[in-house]
Amino acid sequence: MLTALHHNNDSVFRLSLFQEFPTLMHYQSFGGYEALKQALTGNPVNIIETLAAAGLRGRGGAAFPTGLKMQMVRNNAEPVRYVICNADEGEPGTFKDRFIMSHIPFQLLEGMTLAAYAVGARKGYIYIRHEYPEVQDTMRRSIAAASAAGLLGKNILGQEFSFEVEIFSGAGSYLCGEETALLSSMEGKKGRPRLKPPYPTQYGLWGKPTLINNVETLANISMIISRGASWYRSLGTSDSPGTKLISLSGDVARRGLYEVPFGTTFREMIEEYGGGMKEGGSIKAVNIGGASGVVVPPWELDCTLEYQSCQERGITIGSGAVFVMNESRSILANVHNRVEFFLHESCGKCTPCREGLRQAGRIIHRLIAGEAELSEVDNLERYTRAMQNAAFCGLGQAAGNSLISSLRYFRQEYEEACLDSTQRFERREVTA
Amino acid sequence: MKLETINNNIETIVKEKQALLQILLAVQDASPENYVSEDSVNEIAYSLNVSRSRVYSTASFYSAISLKPRGRHIIRVCINAPCENAGKQEILAVLEDQLGIILGQTTSDRQFTLEGVSCLGACYASPAIKIDNTLYGDVTPESVITILQEYRKEAEDVDCSAS
Repeated sequence: MLTALHHNNDSVFRLSLFQEFPTLMHYQSFGGYEALKQALTGNPVNIIETLAAAGLRGRGGAAFPTGLKMQMVRNNAEPVRYVICNADEGEPGTFKDRFIMSHIPFQLLEGMTLAAYAVGARKGYIYIRHEYPEVQDTMRRSIAAASAAGLLGKNILGQEFSFEVEIFSGAGSYLCGEETALLSSMEGKKGRPRLKPPYPTQYGLWGKPTLINNVETLANISMIISRGASWYRSLGTSDSPGTKLISLSGDVARRGLYEVPFGTTFREMIEEYGGGMKEGGSIKAVNIGGASGVVVPPWELDCTLEYQSCQERGITIGSGAVFVMNESRSILANVHNRVEFFLHESCGKCTPCREGLRQAGRIIHRLIAGEAELSEVDNLERYTRAMQNAAFCGLGQAAGNSLISSLRYFRQEYEEACLDSTQRFERREVTA
Repeated sequence: MKLETINNNIETIVKEKQALLQILLAVQDASPENYVSEDSVNEIAYSLNVSRSRVYSTASFYSAISLKPRGRHIIRVCINAPCENAGKQEILAVLEDQLGIILGQTTSDRQFTLEGVSCLGACYASPAIKIDNTLYGDVTPESVITILQEYRKEAEDVDCSAS
């Protein structure tokens, strides 16, 4: 099942560490847990400073500076704090967290332990989605192995520091990947988002300061600590240091997970990493950032993977999903699929998301059926803007991304779908 | 009673209530029909000392929890765009035809429930389906039939040994 992973001489996710059935001994034989050993004898603040100097940002989608987030938890006066690993990888087209947890679980556990030491937490949770039962098993086994070796639990490595990790299973809700919805879910409620602020760093799990980070973010930590901030900055670009895991899928020759240094163009990902298009097809559109991401035409693919340059061009890096569509694919059908997905996952808390998606779904359905009129395309755009501006949480705000971007680049396809009904309308007028 | 003791007690009780989602999943896993029955909802509410509506509200929110009986095996077909483009429709058609049910239904012999699922995180091997806890990637209309036969054979073997 393990597909190709690009391997530079220097990378955060070293291929040598990947194992079909990961063992602690293997991880340690390649220098695993050296970072923790080194860090536990020093000041916890050193970890935060190193991560800030390295410029590590959240890899779940929001790209918040990791060092700063840790500092906010650490500075809180409340002594009880939590670390939560967000492993509710629900973004369609993304499978990086599955790979980390399945094949290098100890790199994640070491990162989590370092994070806990940095913020002063004694208890951590890994919130893993329900669709990944086999991943939950691997993580449970890995936690047990690390605990037996004194790398988790009481007095880690003989030091004063203690930290326990528990698995929490999700129950099939995409929204629970949103951090405050995840907290509600862990507290036994419906997985609905909460108003921010207060942010989880102040008022998180059970009201305590909580550090919530994505799997990939936490798995970056041990390498940065052991090799230093300047090494990390030597990968990637000055705007976006380090690497990003890219889940490449769709009509490419080699689908799979690739570790890509920041600064790589999306075209390079498809051509070089993915081996170009499957069966000699040509690129019609690429969906970047998963269902909540954007749909772009081939001429936007020379954009480099960097937070700044992507933001300027309206591209959402998100979780790092790159889904390629060839010329035979219908944009409308794909957008319809996205809208149906969001409609199902919307929690119904706020009107713009709940009703906006329903209306968007209805219009796209009419477009596909050839029943829509041209004015409905404008309506669709208006509803989408309303969702983006007024939805309560990131789900509703992001739900419009693929709609707006496809309307921007592929409006013709929408309008062509209307043509029939418009003609029908005109004909009716003529006869009347 | 000291304020601290009271607070500790409250915290313990609150945390037990907060385990609700994990309890619901465990109850469902233990059920041969893969669901949380109304009786179970009542029992959970009673033992956690919360209202039934609270348990029901959480249980009904999550797609992975079923309040209706389901088959012994749950077949989940990924319905998201990467699998859609890779031929999910044909896979689903074969499954519906073979099982004689449509998405969301359970076979009359209570062996299989067919469900749609949001991304299985296996887009490197789309189209993908999951039967219980086993993931099947790069499935074809032919391979799906073979996979299904294995589960049917296993079910027959169990029935034979039972009778």
